[in-house]
Parts: sequence; structure tokens; C-alpha cells
Amino acid sequence: MSQAAVLYDAAGPRGRRRVLAGSAVGLLAIAAIAAVALGRMAAKGAFEADLWRLLTQSNVQRLLARGLAATLRAALVAMALSMAVGALLAIGRLSHRAWLARPAGAWVELFRGVPLLLLILFVFLGLPAVGVTVSTFWALVLGLTLYNGAVIGEIFRAGILSLPRGQTEAAYAIGLRRGQALRLVLLPQAVRLMLPALVSQLVTLLKDTSLGFVIGYAELLRSGRNAVEFLGGRYSIPIYTAIAVVYIAVNGSLSFLARWLDRRTRRRYGGAVEQSTADEAA
Amino acid sequence: MDVIVDNLDAYWQGFVTTLGLTALSSVLALALGTVLAAMRVSPVPTLRGAGAAYVEVVRNTPLTVAFFFVVFVLPQLDIRLSFFVFAVIAVTVYHAAFFCEAVRSGINAVGVGQAEAARSIGLTFTQSLRLVVLPQAFRTVVPPLINIVIALTKNTSIAAAFGVLELTAVGTQLANANADAVIAVLVGVAICYLLLTLPSGWLAGRLERRLAVAR
Repeated sequence: MSQAAVLYDAAGPRGRRRVLAGSAVGLLAIAAIAAVALGRMAAKGAFEADLWRLLTQSNVQRLLARGLAATLRAALVAMALSMAVGALLAIGRLSHRAWLARPAGAWVELFRGVPLLLLILFVFLGLPAVGVTVSTFWALVLGLTLYNGAVIGEIFRAGILSLPRGQTEAAYAIGLRRGQALRLVLLPQAVRLMLPALVSQLVTLLKDTSLGFVIGYAELLRSGRNAVEFLGGRYSIPIYTAIAVVYIAVNGSLSFLARWLDRRTRRRYGGAVEQSTADEAA
Repeated sequence: MDVIVDNLDAYWQGFVTTLGLTALSSVLALALGTVLAAMRVSPVPTLRGAGAAYVEVVRNTPLTVAFFFVVFVLPQLDIRLSFFVFAVIAVTVYHAAFFCEAVRSGINAVGVGQAEAARSIGLTFTQSLRLVVLPQAFRTVVPPLINIVIALTKNTSIAAAFGVLELTAVGTQLANANADAVIAVLVGVAICYLLLTLPSGWLAGRLERRLAVAR
């Protein structure tokens, strides 16, 4: 049922009036609730100009910009490593050798089954316990890689499995070995189908860098929290709002890119690998 | 491994808290998500716009930022609740957007003929959605919904950073108290999570194969 319009007729003049009236009443109700909330905030001085003028100060802007740069750095390094790990896991799981396929499958199930935060803590608390020192940056990046490597491995695998069987058969028919068929025939085609899902996963990964806050890596959120702790709790509303806006702007544009890629891929190649809603949430 | 056996009480407490947080938030988020999905396919443009805006904002904001707003901003407005309730609010608000998208894709997967038939026997929008489309939609979305509940279970770990003593928080406390057995402590926590997520994942996979409807 692709077009929801089947569920109802186009509203006539009376229906349109009712929709308009209902919307107006609804908006009024929301406005009333907002007015109460805003009144409460105003009573606490949340709208005093100096509170929001803080965001125009160059040192606050620099702090947030540095935080955003740290967030992007962690996300990009983790994405590159996750794709490398994911490629290995996908090749392992697709292998016909059980001693490769089974452990790769178990690895994927295991690391997708535990919370990302726990994996970050494993690296952050566990490695020092066995005598390896690790910076907060690498604790975050390695934690993200352990989790996202497994997720991206599944995206790679889905991409390769979604190709028509004829491609593998044709590759074998001209005498390619399994590895060659994968490398020369299947992967180049699969990459195109996977691109939209990979960009969506990058959005998820970018959101997850905010967990660096927990271990004290100075990414966007931690920088904002530091600023609030320094300036006082009354500055939490403007600063956290600014941070949310930055996240929504960056991730919104990436999501837009992913959707555009998805439409283009479907149009050109007749299909695309999708990021599951569950993977998007985690 | 002695560490795990010695602290079974603490683990159990964390496990129960995680389970309670998950169950409460799942139910609330599924309810809110279904309402949002109905809004997104409704005849009223204002509702469609509001639903779409909610989903768009939430899916591009990290859950940690949602926690920040609930835990640090609500008290600024004199709304003071326990950390557990704060966590339920943050987790619910965040996951409702994903439940909404799963339910909506389920609604879109129901054949056009079903809706046409419902309309042609004179059912209204609400009736056709409630009596014909949603019951079939839920059937196809059960596996994706379970997968979102699994994601939600894992995401409740973030509440550890915001004062809720659930599994991950228990883990960090025990790790700090037993510096010589950090890895064993955290493996214990991981096992507890896997006890929840792996069986649910298998269930989702099985249902997906069994409920697959040829359309």
C-alpha cells in the first residue's frame, strides 16, 4: 500500500473546514502548553538576552567547533576501521570453510548483542587492567569499531547476497576461483548497492560518538557539558540547544545524502541494501 | 570468575533494573510510535507534518543528547523526578521514532487491495486502519519490532551515565571496586545482556521466516 491516499478520500469543502478548525484548535492547545512551559522558563530567566548571547561569544563558538572536530575525527577513524573489520567479517562469513565462517558468525552475533557503551568500557577499563595504556580517543574509536565492524559486516554480506545468482555462476563459468569471483565480479557491484546503507550507518556512528562523553573524551557533548559546568547550570538550555542543532544539521544533511543515494541506486540498479530501523536506533 | 559469583546480588539488581527500564520504555515507546505512524498516514496535513518532524528531529539526535535534555534541562524547569523515570522518558521519546518508522513500513507493506476493499465496504479512515490495515501490518512488523526492542535493551545502558543503577552501572562500580578482575566483571555484564538479546534475536529470526507472507 504505497500510496496512503487509498485510506481516505480527498477532503471536500466541509472536510477541509473541519481539518482547518481541528488544526487551529490543536495548534492553540500546543501553544497553550508551550506558553506555560516558556512562562516557567522565563520565570527562571531562561530567555534573558545575556544567556543566549553567550552563543555569539567567540570562545564558546571555538569550544563547540573544537568539540565538533573531535566528534568528526572519532567518527571518521572509527568508520574507516569498521569498514576494514566489516569486510573481513563478511568475507569470513561467506566463506565455504566452516572454520572461517563459524567464528566470523559468532563474532558478529556476540558484538551486535552487547551495548556499545559496554564495549567502550571494555576497552577503556579492560585494556589498562592488562597493562595496555589507551587514550580516551582510542578507547572510543576501538569500542565503536568492535560494534560497527559487526554491523557493517552484515551490510557487506547483505550486499553481496543481494546480487543475482547468475553473477557468481557466470564468474565460475569463465573459470574464476571463488576469491577472484568475489573480488573481481561481486564486490564492485555490491559496493554500489551498499553505499546508501553505509552512509546511514555513518549517521548512526556519528550519533554514537556522543558516548565519548561517558569516558571523558572531549567531543561535542563533553565540551558543552564542560562549558555548562564552568558557567553554571542556568546556561544548560542555550548550550544543549546549540549542540542539538549542530547534531541535527550534520546528521540531517548526511541522512538527506543517504536518501538521495538510495533513490539513485534504486533507479539505476533496481535495488539497494537497506539499513534496518533497529540498526539505526542502536 | 569468583568476582561474578561473589557479586551475584549486585548483578541481579542491575539485571532487574535493566529489564524494568526496557519493559516500561518498550511499551510506552511502541504506543507513542503507533500513534505517530497513524499520524503520518492520516488525512490531516497538520498531523502528517507533525509526525514527520518528530521522526526527523529524533532520528538525527543522539540518545545521549536526549538524556541531557531530560536529566539536565527538566530540573531547570522545576520538574524533578527520579533518575529512573527520567531514563524512561528519554528512552521512550527516542525509540518512539523508530517504532513509528517500523509500523509505517508495515502499513505500507499491506496490499493496496486491502485498503481499497475496506474503503469500498464503507469503513472510515479510522475503521479501515484499526480493523483491516493495522492488524495485518503488525503481523509483518513483529520481527522488526523485536529487533528495535533489542536495540532499546542495549541502549538502556546509557542510563548508567545518568544515575540509574542498571547492569552497566553495576559493571563500572564492580570494576572500580575490583581493579584486579576488571575483565571478568565486564564479561559478566556482557553475559547478562547476551542472555536478553541473543534469544530475542533468534525469536525475531524464526518469526520472520514463519510470518513471511507471500504478497
